Amino acid sequence: MNTGVKRTSVYRTITLILIIVIAAVIFLFPLYWILTGAFKTPGAVNSSTPEWWPKEWTLRNFETLFDKRSAPLWEFHIPLSEWFTEDHSQVVFFAGPVLPAAFRWLINTVFMSVAAMILTCGTAALAGYALAKKRFIGRAVLFSLIVCAMALPKQVILIPLLREMDGLHLTNTLWSVIFPVVGWPFGVFLMKQFAEGIPGEILEAARIDGGGELKTFTTIVFPMIKPGVGALAIFTFINTWNDYFMQLLMLTGTNVLSMPLGISKMMGEFGQDYGLLMAGAALASVPIIIVFLAFQKYFTKGITMGAVKG
Amino acid sequence: MAKSKPGSMSRALVRRETIAGYLFLLPSLVFFLTFVVYPMVMCVVTSLTNATMTASGTSDFIGLKNYIDLFQDKTFLKALLNTVIIVVVSVPTVCVFSLWVGARIYNMKNWACSAFRVIFYLPVVTGSVAVTVVWKWIYHYYNGVLNYVGTNLGLWEKNINWLGDSKFALGCIILILFTTSVGQPIVLYVSALGNVDQTLVEAAQVDGATDLQVFWQVKWPQIMPTTLYILVITTINSFQCFALIQLLTSGGPEHATDTVMYYIYYSAFTLYKYGYANAMGVVLALCIAALSAVQFKLAKSES
Repeated sequence: MNTGVKRTSVYRTITLILIIVIAAVIFLFPLYWILTGAFKTPGAVNSSTPEWWPKEWTLRNFETLFDKRSAPLWEFHIPLSEWFTEDHSQVVFFAGPVLPAAFRWLINTVFMSVAAMILTCGTAALAGYALAKKRFIGRAVLFSLIVCAMALPKQVILIPLLREMDGLHLTNTLWSVIFPVVGWPFGVFLMKQFAEGIPGEILEAARIDGGGELKTFTTIVFPMIKPGVGALAIFTFINTWNDYFMQLLMLTGTNVLSMPLGISKMMGEFGQDYGLLMAGAALASVPIIIVFLAFQKYFTKGITMGAVKG
Repeated sequence: MAKSKPGSMSRALVRRETIAGYLFLLPSLVFFLTFVVYPMVMCVVTSLTNATMTASGTSDFIGLKNYIDLFQDKTFLKALLNTVIIVVVSVPTVCVFSLWVGARIYNMKNWACSAFRVIFYLPVVTGSVAVTVVWKWIYHYYNGVLNYVGTNLGLWEKNINWLGDSKFALGCIILILFTTSVGQPIVLYVSALGNVDQTLVEAAQVDGATDLQVFWQVKWPQIMPTTLYILVITTINSFQCFALIQLLTSGGPEHATDTVMYYIYYSAFTLYKYGYANAMGVVLALCIAALSAVQFKLAKSES
């Protein structure tokens, strides 16, 4: 009797694990299809019988991808510079040889993600500490404003944002994607959660010792909230990389396209060449997946800290 | 000590704390006010005007006319209906599926648990464009995998034009949305279930409760805050479904996959109705706020 119950529960467990493994395989399939599709020949891609594993590997898709357009390797635009030049032209630096545009898109995407990450972490760590540990007038109001803003749909403000960027002459520069990411209050909220865990006594002691505010922050506060900063950094990096809607509205010139945007443009132009599209998709997703896998632990922490203690 | 109220501190200290507080906040506030609060205000303000997307266009105050027009606009109502369908289908399925997966994997060995978490999160990291491109191929009429597998297994007789048929298009969108939505809830559920008070679980088991009873009576109330958060974020995400639509179907066939977010984009960039698009944005934001409030209320009354 007892063993019978046990045996059915063993079968049950095996079935359940099997179901979850099947689900996992289905979730992995699109990524697998991108990675193999990128190396398939046109014949294999267009055949109505799919090749589960490419019979013949080819780099043709990547060659076509890199052939399409070209752009200088590096272009740096100083934000708001046109306000100070005499003819109101943007101050832009070019450098490096002219390379396939896909490289440029990759560099643009990396630049946007890194810049947004650094700016967000810096500003949010300072602000989160102040909100958690400083008792000042207007703190409660500010905090509720931040929470309310977080609950609102981000995409709704994008169209007014586009017009504002136009006014600031920032459209079609990478900064127009970076700045709104930095402004989004999630980071401040997350940092506040982490800073709340700093014991007040330590800060009190630092104050009595006569350490300046900034010194207290760099020597005591920052080391203590470092795991949180790590979580926020990886979170911001991945989200900026994949923030398609914002990039779509703000960036149009070939030189400023991001990797996801470049692929979507190609989708419009070469819609049926799935081999080429998979090569683009692989180039856009593989770097970010590697980053994600490398920092996966921090990432999980960021997701859970931002949620549960709210 | 640090938690003492401003009243109990000396005046000089209050002033010092206030100045220091705002200096720390300053960099963040500049970005927040300029690039989040200001556009939010502009969204509401311009929704009361007939502003267009062209820079030279005049804009006059027209009161609530945009909002009245909105609810007589058949395309908008269709988009709203589609959005509601997406939300009503995807939110419960995402929640149930992620709770199920979370409950299955949270007490597995560490490596297995992280592996599953990563796998279910991968579609989110891959990015909406890459995911959409590959699904477009999977759904393809002639050389898509889905039709190949389906017809060979005898699930359907002839190839189906998934994205071109208004019967199936919305369902296809919802399926992709589902794969890109469950990652975060699973991570949240795994950590919430790991934090459940073990003494309560053991006490219930000693009293002879079955696994199912332990789950619903002991664990479920404790993970309620997580469930609530997941409901809210999934609702917001489903309401904002855009990239999939823009890249896959552009709202077609015959507006079968129009969503509010896509129609906002369309109104602004194809019809150049800037004020009108913003009015839609305000309505969308209100819908989301109302729904989140209802979910909070429900969850509170239940626990």
